[in-house]
Amino acid sequence: MSVLSAITTWLRDALEGICQRYGIPLLAVDILAWLTAAVSVIALVLLIVLFFVYLERKVSGYVQTRLGPMRVGPIGLFQTPMDALKLLLKEDIVPRGADKILHTLGPVLFFVAAMLGYVVIPWDAKATIARHVDLNIGILYVTAVASVGIIGLIMAGWGSNNKWSLLGAMRSAAQMISYEVPMLLAIICVVMQAQSLSLGQIVNSQQGTWLLGWYCWRPWLWLPLILFFIAATAEVNRVPFDIPEAESELVAGYHTEYSGMKFGLFFLTEFANVFIVGLVGATLFFGGWLSPFGNPDPLHIPGFFWLMAKALAIVIFLMWVRWTLPRLRVDQLMALAWKLLIPAGFLAIFIVAVVLLYV
Amino acid sequence: MTTETRTRTEELTINMGPQHPSTHGVLRLVLTVDGERVVEVVPHIGYLHSSMEKIAEHLTYQQYLPYADRYDYLNAMGNELAYVMAVEKLLGIQPTPRCQYIRVMMAEMNRIASHLVYFGTLGNDVGAISVFLYCFREREALLDLFEAVSGQRMLYHYFRIGGLRNDLPDDFCDGLAQFLDYFPSRIDEYDRLLTKNRIFRSRMEGVGYLSPEDALSFGVTGPCVRGSGVDYDIRRADAYYIYPQLEFDVPVFAEGDAMARHLVRQEEMRQSVRILQQCVEKLPRGEVNVKVPRRIKPDPGETYARVESPRGELGCYLISDGTEKPYRLHWRAPSFHNMQAYPVMCKDAWIADMVAILGSIDIVLADIDR
Repeated sequence: MSVLSAITTWLRDALEGICQRYGIPLLAVDILAWLTAAVSVIALVLLIVLFFVYLERKVSGYVQTRLGPMRVGPIGLFQTPMDALKLLLKEDIVPRGADKILHTLGPVLFFVAAMLGYVVIPWDAKATIARHVDLNIGILYVTAVASVGIIGLIMAGWGSNNKWSLLGAMRSAAQMISYEVPMLLAIICVVMQAQSLSLGQIVNSQQGTWLLGWYCWRPWLWLPLILFFIAATAEVNRVPFDIPEAESELVAGYHTEYSGMKFGLFFLTEFANVFIVGLVGATLFFGGWLSPFGNPDPLHIPGFFWLMAKALAIVIFLMWVRWTLPRLRVDQLMALAWKLLIPAGFLAIFIVAVVLLYV
Repeated sequence: MTTETRTRTEELTINMGPQHPSTHGVLRLVLTVDGERVVEVVPHIGYLHSSMEKIAEHLTYQQYLPYADRYDYLNAMGNELAYVMAVEKLLGIQPTPRCQYIRVMMAEMNRIASHLVYFGTLGNDVGAISVFLYCFREREALLDLFEAVSGQRMLYHYFRIGGLRNDLPDDFCDGLAQFLDYFPSRIDEYDRLLTKNRIFRSRMEGVGYLSPEDALSFGVTGPCVRGSGVDYDIRRADAYYIYPQLEFDVPVFAEGDAMARHLVRQEEMRQSVRILQQCVEKLPRGEVNVKVPRRIKPDPGETYARVESPRGELGCYLISDGTEKPYRLHWRAPSFHNMQAYPVMCKDAWIADMVAILGSIDIVLADIDR
């Protein structure tokens, strides 16, 4: 890491030197640095998402007693890049009678909303995209931008001029709005424990001997943990909550009428959302970038690695669930959210409050 | 001025199929939905019509056999059975005991294979995709056995009028016994994975109710009618071949919902295993073929032969005018009759239920359209 930081300091000094020489304001260097960080994170996320698509196919393969992709590249590794390339080259079809603007903007908004969430994720002790700033309402921000994505889905469903798409979009709107509530209730419990909305603070308050400081070890946070993962699974539309795109019922839900890279955007964004769930889940309950061997890490493994490993474990868990369970029906899904998860969420808040006050 | 404001709602008409992931082929359903509730469903059939019955009038009795495979492709052995039974009835031939055993074995193996496809596609319909591949893994073992017997994996052309194409290969019974050994534990596995799953149960229980009266008046047969509490199985009601000598139960569930139909099929797989085990034990030695004239010219007359297919009463109605070709052939298609009860089952269903109900009827479009 020291080598890296030496390079960045050197680069920065050099750039500042150039700016002084030609009379460019120093702000330009900052903007360049932010842009670099943003672009590298988006590139990283897209790469990881491509890997996740591959991973999902491999995991489903192992669950289903088959191998998954094997032909393109060693053990099928190039399968998803090739698929993405194919999607890029495919014709973009806008159905007759569709609202062209909404049809185009839908996937874009969905994608942008997902990418915005990555801004505040604390990759390491001092690293978010906004570099020196650990946004003091980080977790609030993540949930806020996540709900913007729903608008993209509704735009896509409405703009497609297809009844199946519309049904899918209606379903996803109802579902994602409903499940945001229990998810936030679960998050509130963590916020109460950490006494902060900042993701960096939440991670820091999980410091402890080895991995014992993590919130997943505190019994009063087990209920929020379960709630969070159930609600988050629903938020990212995965089995058993994948009714917005229930293939056997709605053909493909809101993206029925999409082809080419617009479809690709939906597809990638879904996995980007899954990754965010993994990252946020790891940050909230599993100590984020903290090393399980005590901090600072005795093996000098960067925190970035630990965060990734934890997020990956969560994502694999979600995939495992996906390929095992059947799907709930719409009314059952709503009943689960409003009759079970939300009361349970209030109960969880109550328990955490009592524990924090009296224990 | 009234203060009351009303939102005007309208029912939505959607076209489901013929290209739709869960219509099991090319069924087309015209739905009228109120939000997510189904108000009316009208099935439109005929997209897979292949003139199965008319073709028979242009072919000799032997030539039609491969076509019988292609009608209801998941139950090829069962179709052949119904067809050769009908022709043999016309000719007044009784197959040899060994042949009867082998035919029953093939029909029961095919029943298991067909129910496995049902099991998997139902899992697919309710969103449990992996079950499909587990079921196909088991079906693969059966298909290998069929291949050993007939050289074909799906459309066998194994039965002949008066017998079989060939006797069983030497190691067939060992292979089958091996399959029968491990298969019941696999059924338990599916039971744990799918049938006992809470989500699955909540999707299936109380959904798609069919009363016994409706079932009978629509002519519903097979697992569907037994799921409505009517104990009707051709293997018992009009027992053919060696079935009277075999021990097996006819599972009947009285609930009448999709879950009951599902449980009937799950139990039937176990019963078929029982039947097959007895067959392997008792299989007599001897000839498989009886002498049949090269040119089959039955005396003028008509006949009706029926067998219990995985989907219900599969009947073959034949009229002979004394020539080499049938004057008329008619298939009594179980899926066709079962499908008639579908709109009744879909009363007050959710869109998602419709798919589950359709899965629980276990239709084969080739069987409906013929």
